[in-house]
Amino acid sequence: MLCLGIEGTAEKLGVGIVSAEGEILANEGRPMPLREGIHPREAAQHHAQNIKALIERALSRAGVSMEEVDLIAFSRGPGLGPCLRVVAVAARTLALKYGIPVLGVNHCVAHIEIGRLTTGAEDPLTVYASGGNTQVTAYVEKRYRVFGETLDIALGNCIDQFARELKLGAPGGPIVERLAVGGSYVELPYVVKGMDLSYSGLLTAAVRQAKRASIEDVCFSLQETAFAMLVEVAERALAHTEKEEVLIAGGVVVNNRLQEMLRSMCEEHGAAFHAPPKEVLGDNGAMIAWLGVLSYLSGARQSIEETRVVQRWRTDEVEVLWR
Amino acid sequence: MEVIAKGAEANLYLEDGVVIKERIRKEYRIPEIDRVLRTTRTKREAKLLSLARRAGVPTPVVLDVDTERKSITMSYIEGEKLKYMVEKLGEGELRELFRRVGSLAARLHRSNIIHGDLTTSNMILSGGRVFFIDFGLGEVNPSLEAKGTDLLVFVKAVRSTHFTREKEILEAFFSGYLEEYPEGEAVVERMRKIERRGRYVSVR
Repeated sequence: MLCLGIEGTAEKLGVGIVSAEGEILANEGRPMPLREGIHPREAAQHHAQNIKALIERALSRAGVSMEEVDLIAFSRGPGLGPCLRVVAVAARTLALKYGIPVLGVNHCVAHIEIGRLTTGAEDPLTVYASGGNTQVTAYVEKRYRVFGETLDIALGNCIDQFARELKLGAPGGPIVERLAVGGSYVELPYVVKGMDLSYSGLLTAAVRQAKRASIEDVCFSLQETAFAMLVEVAERALAHTEKEEVLIAGGVVVNNRLQEMLRSMCEEHGAAFHAPPKEVLGDNGAMIAWLGVLSYLSGARQSIEETRVVQRWRTDEVEVLWR
Repeated sequence: MEVIAKGAEANLYLEDGVVIKERIRKEYRIPEIDRVLRTTRTKREAKLLSLARRAGVPTPVVLDVDTERKSITMSYIEGEKLKYMVEKLGEGELRELFRRVGSLAARLHRSNIIHGDLTTSNMILSGGRVFFIDFGLGEVNPSLEAKGTDLLVFVKAVRSTHFTREKEILEAFFSGYLEEYPEGEAVVERMRKIERRGRYVSVR
């Protein structure tokens, strides 16, 4: 069985093809060139203009034809409405044209499952940080329960917005990471509430600090503070859930310093640290295809009417049928 | 010295019937951040443990604070964490227990004390009384925002950890909270507002 998965919850469009055995035959992506933040309508247009070519590229990379595909999966949410709708329309069209089933799946759960597939992690605490999401989840009785999350903006959003305010360029993550090398610490607010965190105050303070301190120092301190907050929340959740593995997911955890900190925390608690390959860390089509496979094989079915997009769809609302 | 617990941020030692809670250094964060966090949390916790008791909330008695070692020496509370009791209690007992927890949280808030990490891991039933521990993330803050966030932390912890009994626990908690602190209506209102601000929250 082959599943073609389409991801397009935000600025990145991805198409992946995965077999029922979990072999990733193709994972093609196309990020929208960003000058500033993501404009939902422009991103949707980008997806609409590129989706056909990207599907063809994925098929040719996998060396299969559409007739050999048995299932279509797409990211049904959470995400930006206009982007989700473009992807949904493409997925439904393919399904109807080729007479095969279509499944809309949860983007955040897909990140967790592709991580388990590619690293062999069995029952990890997942630290998921991207431009739009920051959450710490673990599996308990048929759900990925959210143990910690941001109370306001996501970690990636905090760093990207900081870079934008200072006109450093986009996307901000890699730029701030580069500038942070060799910086020294200037004080910034550290806000952890139980197992949750808050980044909006940190963003405001970092922008203000940049008027006084050097840009390298503020980038360094922003990273150190924002990452330490996330690692502490992960540490609390690890102690609380008593899991023995930590899995990372999302575009932000590509950051070397963040990975180093998480690895150090895992060592201290004797937990195994699992980092999936870079190609499946950020948003990608293969993760959607794989979750499509898992859902379908555990009996999930959706009529076309049931594939309506869900902009706000919490990770813990999805019933995990395959575990 | 006997290590009785190794938490996320501190080691607990039992010595001559008293507990020493030592906040340990974390290699993952830079020394500048590490030092400030451990020092301020140690001082704050010691202060809030005493303030909370004065507000009518049972807490361990602070015997000593060592800001060099980042440790607090306090009385040992022998009992069971509420986290491990939830599954064992019948509905009536469970409601009664969390009514009392709600009323204790209200006493804190009435005195402008924010706990900062209200979870069932930080509550111990001992001798028929519920003790609150772990005030390291707390503060004194009269604002609705701080109190509302404090409640939200509790609600979310119940949702993720005690999902099978979420409804009973939260109903009892809020009825106890509002009974003790009628003005807390505004706090509950703010809590809902804070939750709606979060990412991808479906309207509950």
